[in-house]
Amino acid sequence: MTILEKVTALLGKGAVLEAGTDRVPRIAPGSPDAVALLLGTAHQEGWRVRIEGAGTWLQSDAPADLALTTRRLDRIPAIEPPDLTATAEAGIGLDQLRQQLADRGAWLAIDPPGLAGRTLGSVIATATAGPLRQGFGPIKDHLLGVTFVTGDGRMVQSGGRVMKNVAGYDLTRLQAGSFGAFGVIVLVHLRLRTLPRADVTYLLEGSREDLTQVGEDIAAAGLTPAALELVSPALARRERWVLGVRLAGSPALVAADETGLRAATGGRFTALRAEEAHAFWMRLAEGFAVRPVTFRIGGVPAASDELLDLLQHQLGDEWISASPAAGAIRWTGEATVDRLQRLRRTLAGLEVPLTLERAPWPLRGAVGHFGAYREGVGPLVSGLRRTFDPGGGLVVATEGE
Amino acid sequence: MSPSSSLASDLAAIVGQRHVRSARAERLTYAMDGLPTHRRVPDLVVLPGTREELIAVVRLLAAHGLPFVPRGAGTGLSGGALAGAGAILLVLTRVNRILRVDRANRLAVVEPGVVNAKLTAAARPHGLHYSPDPSSQSACTIGGNVAENAGGPHCLKYGVTANHVLALEVLLADGTIVDLGSPGGEPWGPDLVGLFVGSEGNFGIATRITVRLTPLPRAVRTLLADFMALRPAGEGVSAVIAAGIVPAALEMMDQSCIRAVEDSVYAAGYPRDAAAVLLVELDGRDESAVTAEAEAVAELLRKAGARSVRTAASDAERERLWQGRKKAFGAMGRLSRDLVVQDAVVPRSTLPQVLETIAGIAQHYGLVVSNVFHAGDGNLHPNISFDATDPALKARVEQASGEIMAACIAVGGTITGEHGVGLDKLRYMPLIFDAESLGAMQAVRRVFDPDERVNPGKVVPVHACREWTQGARSHSPRGQPVGAL
Repeated sequence: MTILEKVTALLGKGAVLEAGTDRVPRIAPGSPDAVALLLGTAHQEGWRVRIEGAGTWLQSDAPADLALTTRRLDRIPAIEPPDLTATAEAGIGLDQLRQQLADRGAWLAIDPPGLAGRTLGSVIATATAGPLRQGFGPIKDHLLGVTFVTGDGRMVQSGGRVMKNVAGYDLTRLQAGSFGAFGVIVLVHLRLRTLPRADVTYLLEGSREDLTQVGEDIAAAGLTPAALELVSPALARRERWVLGVRLAGSPALVAADETGLRAATGGRFTALRAEEAHAFWMRLAEGFAVRPVTFRIGGVPAASDELLDLLQHQLGDEWISASPAAGAIRWTGEATVDRLQRLRRTLAGLEVPLTLERAPWPLRGAVGHFGAYREGVGPLVSGLRRTFDPGGGLVVATEGE
Repeated sequence: MSPSSSLASDLAAIVGQRHVRSARAERLTYAMDGLPTHRRVPDLVVLPGTREELIAVVRLLAAHGLPFVPRGAGTGLSGGALAGAGAILLVLTRVNRILRVDRANRLAVVEPGVVNAKLTAAARPHGLHYSPDPSSQSACTIGGNVAENAGGPHCLKYGVTANHVLALEVLLADGTIVDLGSPGGEPWGPDLVGLFVGSEGNFGIATRITVRLTPLPRAVRTLLADFMALRPAGEGVSAVIAAGIVPAALEMMDQSCIRAVEDSVYAAGYPRDAAAVLLVELDGRDESAVTAEAEAVAELLRKAGARSVRTAASDAERERLWQGRKKAFGAMGRLSRDLVVQDAVVPRSTLPQVLETIAGIAQHYGLVVSNVFHAGDGNLHPNISFDATDPALKARVEQASGEIMAACIAVGGTITGEHGVGLDKLRYMPLIFDAESLGAMQAVRRVFDPDERVNPGKVVPVHACREWTQGARSHSPRGQPVGAL
């Protein structure tokens, strides 16, 4: 029997989707148990499995015997507005999830890069936070618990669906940003917020140096914007760099921050209409999904300017977005293996990790999502990998070649 | 197995004779933590004075293959820092330097024995503070906070310890040093900092801790609302959260707790006849905005049934209100000689129902249960006053504790929100995690500590685990997982 025939016998015809251009069979289990069954079988058979969501973020090109897509795991078992929690399967598109939450007055305060239909599981597995990380923290801070299936088909629960939880080790945070190295996330318990009653965006164009100073003035004034994002001209499709400020929350707090923003910056910002603001942040998010290579780096806030100079010097500054107050920078464009490896080494010397988020397989296979580990980290990551994927069947470019 | 005299001599050569405690009277000091129901006298207690001494001690113990238990100030509430027979207790309170406060990047680097409140005191001149504020913050250490993923009243707005730890230098059981995380918060690969925080000492010892500091709020309003029944107080909590307002803290105390506080030196002016009070704090940058939110909260609480809502008129009154809350556990010492401080979390909307269930359990077992807890998070602390010298009473307390946990799990809650599993909650772990998930935790622990020598016997009930071995396994279909995810 071929792999496709075996999988069809195991999960039924409905789980078999059209293969991609590389003709790797694409399988869409319809339940967490089906994911466990598939991965358990793959482990026994020695099949190599690549993990996919909607296929809109990470390129679907890793060499594998089959592609496991979570796109049929698209149910939302619970939305609890009074508790500000929700439970969703990993394959739900963020756009669908957002809409259903908004209908109940709830909000998942993340705005990851990528296209609108990107899956929840993809965002968590890659820990790709967007500009809202400034006000609401990294992706892991929005998670209450996860259920995942290991490379050999074991289903593991971590955390729960309450606001605080220290029962057992925090495997939820381990899953966030592991790129699937420790299994396939199938179910997620989320921490929500109420839909902000006021939500405004202000923009200011100028030189990078000028806007960096404005950003520092905003921080010094004690303002706490939901987003404070410095965007390169090419990415913003403007003549000059742009500083975007998003204020979201209760009307009283937003009104006070608007006053504070005007006072701190001399009233230089332009307020966007709601549809303009939506378009600005969407363009920013989608911009990182269209060019071949995207990575993020994270330094201390005071180093942001130096890090932007370094990127400009080594790779060019065409498409960049930075949260200077959070120390996070995202770059997208074209890059070679040599350049990325050199940049990662340089950054490691500055105590700044580089996480490769997207790249064609030949490049990410060589460079790896992670690398230049600090002392002692490599053996721990390898040990965890062997624990959760003992057969090594999950095709994930963790450390590169 | 008792440690040999030669081992004690070797340890004394590292840390000094006076910092190795072998006399029984000295060791008794470390037989308990903040929980009176568990007691273990360690065979030997070692108090290293520096990071280098600590490393040398752990490497010596590794060479002998001996288990050890790291301990901070001993304020934990789960029996997590107790050392049983054969394990050496490493007390880290002398490794207590604040290495750096970085105002520009809003972070600090500290050693594990730094007391929580002292870190905030050191950050205050820079306009910053360390947000996680457990009730024991005047004594508990940052190392202990990291091990337990400690919370506190102000975690409702600012997050728990895990939200504030950026990087860790960790000493593994075999004496290896590992650097996890980075000062900017981005991990080097998978988030091993997130995994380590809350691991209750099972993965190693955090020898250097980089934490995020938060600007001090410029405006603060503290409200006290009192209710004549528990249910409307719980409904008031839900009303505030549903309105989209995020208070810095939202705490509840029931009548038993109120009276214990008011009878003590910590009397805060809580109305003694109230069935419950809510202590609500709002903070921010702007006075007018914080005032507006405080007025909105007051109105919501009145609508929920508050008899009165008053605002602290001065810093002194605010401090007095908070002292009553933070010293409530101490005040309960007046009620009986022993106190079990329980810890569980439920969905916020179930608070009224769960509080009534707990009251019923207390009545059934004839126990005094006082509730003081983080209502905004749904993080309950039912406190049972009793006399541990009465075996029958102690057995009733154990039974009641089990029923309280079961009631919380039944509504979708969990068995601990900030105190940890330690020894105390081991028996409840199979109620919320299936054997496969417990096995996964055990397997992860072995990656850090293959011989399970650090803090053995805590967190994961080994008997309930499905064994994980790396390599081939036969696949078996799983049934519905046990418990409440």
